[in-house]
Amino acid sequence: MALPAPPRPDMPSSQPIETNKVSEIPSAGRRSAHSSWARGETGDKIFQFAMLGCGLAVLGTLALIVYELVLRSGPSWHAFGFKFFAGRDWDPVNEQFGALPFIYGTLVSSLLALIIAVPLAVGVAVFTTEMCPKVLRGPLSFFVELLAAIPSVVYGLWAIFVLVPILSNYVEPFLSRTLGWTGFFTGPSYGISMLAAGIILAIMIIPIISSITREVLMVVPQHQREAALALGATRWEMIRMGVLRNARAGIMGGIILGLGRALGETMAVTMVIGNRPEIAKSLFAPGYTMASVLANEFSEATGDLNLAALIEIGLALFLVTIVVNALARLLVWTVTRGQPARANA
Amino acid sequence: MPESEKTSTRNPVPPIALRRRVTDHVMTGVAVLTVVLVLVPLFAIFAYLVYRGIGSINWAFLTQTPKPVGESGGGMANAIVGSGFILALASVLGVPLGVGAGIYLAEYGRNRLGDAIRFTADVLNGVPSIVIGIVAYSIVVLYQKHFSALAGGVALAIMMIPTITRTTEEMLLLVPRALREAAYGLGIPRWRTTLSITLRTATSGVITGIMLAFARVAGETAPLLFTAFGNQFWNLRVNQPTAALPLQIFNYAISPYDEWHRQAWAGALVLIILIVSAVAAVRFAVRRGTFGAA
Repeated sequence: MALPAPPRPDMPSSQPIETNKVSEIPSAGRRSAHSSWARGETGDKIFQFAMLGCGLAVLGTLALIVYELVLRSGPSWHAFGFKFFAGRDWDPVNEQFGALPFIYGTLVSSLLALIIAVPLAVGVAVFTTEMCPKVLRGPLSFFVELLAAIPSVVYGLWAIFVLVPILSNYVEPFLSRTLGWTGFFTGPSYGISMLAAGIILAIMIIPIISSITREVLMVVPQHQREAALALGATRWEMIRMGVLRNARAGIMGGIILGLGRALGETMAVTMVIGNRPEIAKSLFAPGYTMASVLANEFSEATGDLNLAALIEIGLALFLVTIVVNALARLLVWTVTRGQPARANA
Repeated sequence: MPESEKTSTRNPVPPIALRRRVTDHVMTGVAVLTVVLVLVPLFAIFAYLVYRGIGSINWAFLTQTPKPVGESGGGMANAIVGSGFILALASVLGVPLGVGAGIYLAEYGRNRLGDAIRFTADVLNGVPSIVIGIVAYSIVVLYQKHFSALAGGVALAIMMIPTITRTTEEMLLLVPRALREAAYGLGIPRWRTTLSITLRTATSGVITGIMLAFARVAGETAPLLFTAFGNQFWNLRVNQPTAALPLQIFNYAISPYDEWHRQAWAGALVLIILIVSAVAAVRFAVRRGTFGAA
C-alpha cells in the first residue's frame, strides 16, 4: 500500500529488519539454552504427557470395566450361554442361574417409573420455561434439582417408612377396587411391591428428565413462539405446536436418559421392591431387579459360578445402560447442536 | 388476555373459541398441578427427615460406635469418620486424574482422541454405581482378599472422574484466549500458563465441579456394599473394612429394630447436613479466595 520510500541512511530498510528478526530468535534460544525458555519446552512436553496420561486413564477405566466384567462373567457364560437370559430359576444351592425374573423386574419397574415421571417432569419443565413468572423460575428449578441431590439410600428410607404404609393402607386398596379388573392391581396390598419401586424411581428420575427438557425447550427459537402467537394461537396451542413439537427429539433424549438412571438405580429399589425373583402380572406383587440382586447377593455369593452369574447380570446391566445413554445423548445432541454448547462459545 | 379482547372489538376478528380458551386454562392448571405433585415429595422427604432425625441426634450419636442389638444408645461416629476417610481416598485418587483429563481435553483435546475421551467420560457417567462396585471388587478386593476402605475409595473415585473431567474442561474453555496469549507473550511456557493462569482463573468453577462430584458420591451406597463393606468398630486403615454413613443407614433401615430405625433417620439427616455444608463451605472459601486474588 505504502509507496516504497527512498532508502534513508539513518533508517534501515524493512528487508534487513525481517532477516535480522528471523535470525535473532533461534540465536536467542541457543544463547539461553540453559535458561527457563528451553526448560519450558521440556516442561511443556512432560506436562502434555502427564495430562495425556490422565485423559487416557479415563479411556482405560472404561476398558478396565469391560475387561473385568467380561473376564469374570466367563464361567457363567460358558455354563448357560444365552439360556441365562431366558431361565427363570435362580438357585444358588443347585447352581442353576437364570436372569429372566431380574430382567423383567428391572424393565417393569423402570417403565412404570417412566409412565409416572414423564408427564410430571415435562409439565414442570413447560411450566418453568413457558408459563411461570420470571421470579419463580430460578427457585422452582432449584427445588426440582434439589431432588437430584438426595442420596438414593435416603429415598429408600423415606419410601420404607412413609411411602409404603401410604400405599398399603390407601392407594393399593383403592386401586384394586377401581382397577382390579385389569389384573395389574390384584392380590394382597403389602405396600412392598413393584408399584412402590416404580413410584420411588419416578421421584428420582423427575429432576433428570425435567432439567434436560427445560434445556431443550430453552433452545427452541423465540420466533417459533412469536409466529404461533401471531397466528392467533392461545398460549397452550403455542406451546404444543411451536415449542413441544420442535423439542420432541430432545425431550425423548431426556426421557431415555432418565430411563438409563432408572435401570441402574439400586438402593431405593432394593429397599422397597420385596426382593423375590418371581414374575407376576400384578404390580402389588414383590419383584426383584438386576441391580438389587447384585446389592443383596454379591457379597454373599457362595461359589465361583454364583459370582460369575451375578457379574454376568452386572455386564448385561452395563451394556443396556450404555446403549440407552448413547441413544439419549444422540437425541439431545440433534436438538441442541444448533446452539453449540453455550459454555464453550 | 385484555389485549386480545381489545383487538377483537376493534377489528371484526372472531374471538377465540370457548373450547380453545378452556383448553388453554385447563393445560395451565395441569402444568401447575404437575409442579405441586413434584414438590410434594421433596418437601415431604425433607420435613420427615428433620422430624424423625432431629430428636435422635445427640452427643452420643455423634461420638459413639454402634451398640449391640437390644441396647439403646450408641451412635454412628465410626461411620461418619469412615465416610470421610473413604471420600478422602476417593478424592486423592479421583481429583488429580479428573482435573488432568479435563486439562488435556481443554488444552490439547481438539482431535479424535479428545472426542473419544469426552464420549468415554459421558459413558462412564451413565454406568450404574453397582456395576462400578463390582469392578472395584474385582480389581481390589479379589487381590487383597478382603473388603477394604481402599476398594471403596477406588469405586467412588471412578464415579467422580467423569464429572470432574467434563466440568474442568468446560471451565477452562471459558477462560478467554487473550489471557493465555498474554502469558505466552510474556514468555511463560505453556504448562506454566495452563497451571498458573488458565487453571488459576477457572479455580472456582473447577472446584464447584469437584464438589458436585463429591456430593454425588458422598451419598452413594451401592458401590460400597461389597467394597468398603461396613464395620461396627473404628477403622482408619486403608486395607480393612470400613463403616460408611450411607451403608449404616441402609443396614439400619432394613433391620427390624425401632432403635435402629431411629438411628437411620438421624444418620440420614447427618448425611444430608454434611453433604450440604461441605459443598457450601468449599464454595464460600473459593469465592473469598478468588476475590482476594483478583
